[in-house]
Amino acid sequence: MTPAIEVRDLVKRFDAVEAVRGISFTVARGSTCALLGGNGAGKTTTLSMLLGVLLPTSGSISVLGEDIERHRYRVLGRMNFTSPYVDLPKKLTVEENLRMFARLYGVGDMKGRIAALAAELDLADILKRAYGALSAGMRTRVSVAKALLNEPELLLLDEPTASLDPDVGDRVRTQLMVYQKRTGATLLLASHNMPEVERMCDTVLMLRAGRIVDSGAPAELIARYGRSTMEEVFLDVARRPERTVERGPDEVRLERE
Amino acid sequence: MSSPAALSLRRIYAMVLRHLYLFRKSWVRVIEMAYWPTMQMVLWGFIAQFLATNSSWVAQVPGLLVSALLLWEVLFRGQLGVALSFFEELYARNLGHLFVSPLRPLELVAAMIAVSFFRTAIGVGTAIVLALVLYHYSIFDLGVPLVTFFANLLVCGWAVGLMVAALVMRYGLAAENFAWGAIFIAAPISGIYYPVSVLPDWLQAVAWCLPTSHVFEGMRAVLLEKTFLWREFWTAVGLNALYMSAGIALFLGAFNGARRRGMLLQIGE
Repeated sequence: MTPAIEVRDLVKRFDAVEAVRGISFTVARGSTCALLGGNGAGKTTTLSMLLGVLLPTSGSISVLGEDIERHRYRVLGRMNFTSPYVDLPKKLTVEENLRMFARLYGVGDMKGRIAALAAELDLADILKRAYGALSAGMRTRVSVAKALLNEPELLLLDEPTASLDPDVGDRVRTQLMVYQKRTGATLLLASHNMPEVERMCDTVLMLRAGRIVDSGAPAELIARYGRSTMEEVFLDVARRPERTVERGPDEVRLERE
Repeated sequence: MSSPAALSLRRIYAMVLRHLYLFRKSWVRVIEMAYWPTMQMVLWGFIAQFLATNSSWVAQVPGLLVSALLLWEVLFRGQLGVALSFFEELYARNLGHLFVSPLRPLELVAAMIAVSFFRTAIGVGTAIVLALVLYHYSIFDLGVPLVTFFANLLVCGWAVGLMVAALVMRYGLAAENFAWGAIFIAAPISGIYYPVSVLPDWLQAVAWCLPTSHVFEGMRAVLLEKTFLWREFWTAVGLNALYMSAGIALFLGAFNGARRRGMLLQIGE
């Protein structure tokens, strides 16, 4: 079976700035992989290229066995995305938002699917409320519901639990893991939340200045760096001095993260 | 490449529905659609009534200015409807979700056009009823040619609306004021309230490049001479085909440019 994601020599240049510098990786189907890195490491740029909303300068991306550039619309219906930085229409109710996206994704039993997600994500009481009137935690749950509407084979998550309190964050993580176990979907997340990465991910890709500087299972990385948590590994990688001189001040300023 | 022509009515309907949800719960938005056409109608209607007793040219046909005004509103509302439908997505910071869904840019264009039609019908429809009540003038007296005038002006408005949306996709919301002003560039030279022949020769040459000039000349011919000018009609159709193609090409070009620059997830912020 082809990998869920196969990236070869991917480069993204914004004028003089190389935000992603020739990265290659694969993500196995049914696995959970994290893109880890500090601000400006290239995580969101990479996610955007995987979604086809950002054109690479060079390199190739295959998603669910399809070339994302050549067959973008064929594959977009089989994947989904959520990010706290992209909103849903605030004046529409939660139900209206979910109905709109259910139609866009061609969800068959729209009513049934929305009811099921409302039950799973505890949204039943807020279905008739305007999205804009919800708290950050509720909005995130609605966003996750939108991302699960089409039962995606590949789910891209940009900081899925950012700005959530620990309880809501935990519930969202649990829900995503339950969904993955039930459907065998592949999850790729960009996150700054190290405990989340440790708990959810099979593989971690450590990004820095647009390059993959290390990769492996969380336990492997922790052992390799002689640390006790991913947070310590992250700090080791982030503070490695020899790498920081590679980028000038303009590059730091212009990074897309 | 995935075929951009493989459009889905279901996805277009989803996007139309998104705006209908909005209108259904916001009477302010619906009233706003009718407000300006109504104000224009009241103002110009009374001016026309006054001129009818003081100008032999206007007095020939009492509905001349009112017809011109209503048709101008079709053009303006058509353009505004497309641009504002796009802006709604920017204000909501929703474009990122839309463009990672299977929604094709051409489907979004089709939905914006459908919503524009709806908005124009509400806005201009209210003004038409008001013209009937206040001045006992029915624009439907223009007969079948009215349909051709409406259609040509709507298409022209949509083309300009798409160009404005493309401009905003390229330069961000700083360019949104073009939505309110862009079409007025055409107003003085479209021969809305006076014949194109009153313009200087060089400006007439520019005016005849606009579909709007041919529509308003056609309107005057129907009202003053009871003649439908097929030549004006077909010229307007041809020019509209060009303008609409340019509008769609610019919108798709701006979309691809935004993909290159990584703006699709960020536009509106």
